Amino acid sequence: MTTNSLTTSQGAGRAGDKVFSGATLAAGCLILVVLFGVALFLVVQAIPALVAPAADIQGGNGFFAYIGPIVVGTLIAAVIALVIATPVAIGVALFISHYAPRRLASGLGYVVDLLAAIPSVVYGAWGAAFLAPQISPAYGWLASNMGWLPIFQGPASATGKTILTASIVLSVMVLPIITSLSREIFLQTPKLHEEAALALGATRWEMIKMAVLPFGRPGIVSAVMLGLGRALGETMAVALVLSSGALTASLIQSGNQTIAAEIALNFPEASGLKVSTLIAAGLVLFVITLGVNMIARWIITRHKEFSGAN
Amino acid sequence: MSKRIDVKDLNVYYGSFLAVEGVNINIEAKSVTAFIGPSGCGKSTFLRTLNRMHEVLPGARVEGEVLLDGDNLYGPGVDPVTVRTQVGMVFQRPNPFPTMSIRDNVLAGVKLNNRRISKGAADALVEKSLRGANLWNEVKDRLEKPGSGLSGGQQQRLCIARAIAVEPQVILMDEPCSALDPISTLAVEDLINELKDEYTVVIVTHNMQQAARVSDKTAFFNIAGTGKPGKLIEFADTTTIFNNPSQKATEDYVSGRFG
Amino acid sequence: MTVTAPVARKRSALTKGQLPAFAPYVVLAVALVLGAAILALIGFNAFGWGLVSAILFAIGLVGWSAAVEGGRKASDKLATCLIVGSFLVALLPLISVIWTVLVNGIPGIITPGFLTTSMNGVTGALDNKSVDEGTKVLGGVYHALLGTVQITLLATVISVPVGLLTAIYLVEYGNDRALARAITFFVDVMTGIPSIVAGLFSAAFFFAVVGPGTKTGAVAAVALSVLMIPVVVRSSEEMLKIVPNELREAAYALGVRKWRTILKVVIPTAISGIASGVTLAIARVIGETAPILVTAGFATTINNNVFGGWMASLPTFIYTQILNPTSPSNPDPSSQRAWGAALVLIILVMLLNLGARLIARIFAPKAGR
Repeated sequence: MTTNSLTTSQGAGRAGDKVFSGATLAAGCLILVVLFGVALFLVVQAIPALVAPAADIQGGNGFFAYIGPIVVGTLIAAVIALVIATPVAIGVALFISHYAPRRLASGLGYVVDLLAAIPSVVYGAWGAAFLAPQISPAYGWLASNMGWLPIFQGPASATGKTILTASIVLSVMVLPIITSLSREIFLQTPKLHEEAALALGATRWEMIKMAVLPFGRPGIVSAVMLGLGRALGETMAVALVLSSGALTASLIQSGNQTIAAEIALNFPEASGLKVSTLIAAGLVLFVITLGVNMIARWIITRHKEFSGAN
Repeated sequence: MSKRIDVKDLNVYYGSFLAVEGVNINIEAKSVTAFIGPSGCGKSTFLRTLNRMHEVLPGARVEGEVLLDGDNLYGPGVDPVTVRTQVGMVFQRPNPFPTMSIRDNVLAGVKLNNRRISKGAADALVEKSLRGANLWNEVKDRLEKPGSGLSGGQQQRLCIARAIAVEPQVILMDEPCSALDPISTLAVEDLINELKDEYTVVIVTHNMQQAARVSDKTAFFNIAGTGKPGKLIEFADTTTIFNNPSQKATEDYVSGRFG
Repeated sequence: MTVTAPVARKRSALTKGQLPAFAPYVVLAVALVLGAAILALIGFNAFGWGLVSAILFAIGLVGWSAAVEGGRKASDKLATCLIVGSFLVALLPLISVIWTVLVNGIPGIITPGFLTTSMNGVTGALDNKSVDEGTKVLGGVYHALLGTVQITLLATVISVPVGLLTAIYLVEYGNDRALARAITFFVDVMTGIPSIVAGLFSAAFFFAVVGPGTKTGAVAAVALSVLMIPVVVRSSEEMLKIVPNELREAAYALGVRKWRTILKVVIPTAISGIASGVTLAIARVIGETAPILVTAGFATTINNNVFGGWMASLPTFIYTQILNPTSPSNPDPSSQRAWGAALVLIILVMLLNLGARLIARIFAPKAGR
């Protein structure tokens, strides 16, 4: 048998294939390494704060006494933001997907996306300079009329720089996230379900209740979870708006603090053990948001498997 | 510039699924061979094994030999890229590169492989290939326009020009007319008739009249049922297959009783 | 054959029991008038007028509908009012933010020298003097603008190759392997990293590798890359996925190698989408404040070396000017500078967003004849 003439080929091209696919693989692995590095370096730099004697940590009662109140503050701010943002976001998403005229819909979607484009520091500045003074009379009214509720206990902050103001600013920032995700889900509602409902004589709202919302529920839940992840980690809205202090139940007094804002306000001047303490706080924030995001992703993947959309 | 193909005991697998079983076929140089058969009988799959295009799909592999003038395509050390420069392919739907002009589409095989070519040689190659694909007169004034601006039939002939510009030995065509209107189909069929003067042409078609019009020899593939492998039932001169087939299944198929 | 005479025209039975088409306008007019009247009693302002009128409109229309059309139609009307209302509510902060930035930022941005000078040598005393004597506010954002450009550029240079190559791996080589699925999952996880944590990571990394207290533009760029890479991967992946497989097959059939096919056919076809995705990613990280705050320090002077020394950026400039005014007793000049910088930053972000749309349109493969 003669030699196979097909085996003669340009070796350089073959090597090119190897090099290129190797480079793409390396880039993919680099991402895994970076994420692993994020966790590793945060842990390594945080250890001094975790093992230090309690008296050396700010507040003098150890790391967990220090982090506890600001974890609660973080959760309060994020949850209020979501309570405000979720109904509005779902309304906006429904407006764009099912109410607005078709021609306007994509333009209106772009307007909502503009909300996401504005830098967080600008929101912070707006919250501090415009929203807080505008809203403080309302806090005064709440304190005098609804002060019997612990969350509206007076005296109200005269500057309006309270956790409620910060939460309102946060809600504006997470609104576009929840809106764009829910809008996508609503648009995926099977046309057949919608038409079946309309053919039964349902009004538009009944059709949405029967077909769109049940279909979109897992999507809405995961959108809200992703919004929660963003609200938990958002720094500037809180750092600039909130005049922070000890943990209090009242939303209209100054006080409370969030992890992200605590880090931003103190890290630039920190040194020694304080750096470790703040990095440990960052680690706690990382773990919380990681958990929230993973739950959100898990809901999305589970939803994909069971939805009849594809 | 054409070579013969001899296939010996070829099995094609997708993962553990046997898609095509035990094909033996000898395709003459400078001839047109048509593959016909019902949907899913493995004729396109088999066609793609003739230039190792099936390997693009994950999990696809073959057993057996495909000899191109005696050289085994699946021999050790054979680079599929070399195989494909010798065995060109035209696809079901016209797929000119949307980012390239008509001229660059024709030169794609040369340029994408980074081969140096002088402007004069390139111009000559473009004209020769487009003339070979019966497209030169229609596009000679707009060679710098995007290829996607042509009509469907023109795009398909552009793809044929692109395939013959790399000067292959064999041209495989996978239902090249199924996305075209009747007039464009006629133009492509005329072209196939001319191509066999220089190339070995293998064409998969759903259209039996087309097989009868363009091919010298016809191979009939069939499948026993879903999940069963496709098989080559009969391979003979086109006139024999259509007028006097030896197998019952072939007769049933060409007379329109199934498929 | 009998020809049936056409039924005489009459008021359609199908429209019986419905509100007339002009009903919403009537209710709106009444609501506006009533709203104005109520507001006149407690002190008029436009925001309150809009709010009260909207509530009156909803109550009026739903009530009327309930009386004429019944409960089902009325709840449909109520839902429509709430949904349209929520959209209008969502527009309020957008308009308010843009208005606030414009009103407060224009005086800053039109001050001569604002864009061309740094804060070098601008002290509280100078600010006090400008307030006392009414002279122009000194100092500007040049150093911050320069810093933002350098940091973002370096972050882009790091993120785009890594992000694009990863996207290529996922689409062209991944084949749904375990590694590819792991990368997809962790890219999603990375998308959710809080920006300040990305900053802390970069700081912790450089503290450990270079030395405690290392704060340079490069540290900030690494932090921004952590935020930018997942965005680039995601958008590039989407764009590569929509390149038709037929084009890859066409190239393979011409005897073109896979890596050349990807570089010369797949990427050029997807380049408009990839470029616009990268531009959007830049727009996203250019406004990030927190990661730069903890990584680049505060500088008041021009620093052209991204690898050495503290570096200013527009977002941190805004932050420090608001939180720590140059002259604590007279914060107005600082606040004017901050709003000017905010306007510059918003214009940058909007230009990038607009640029992304233009890129997508201009470089899209042409299909015309």
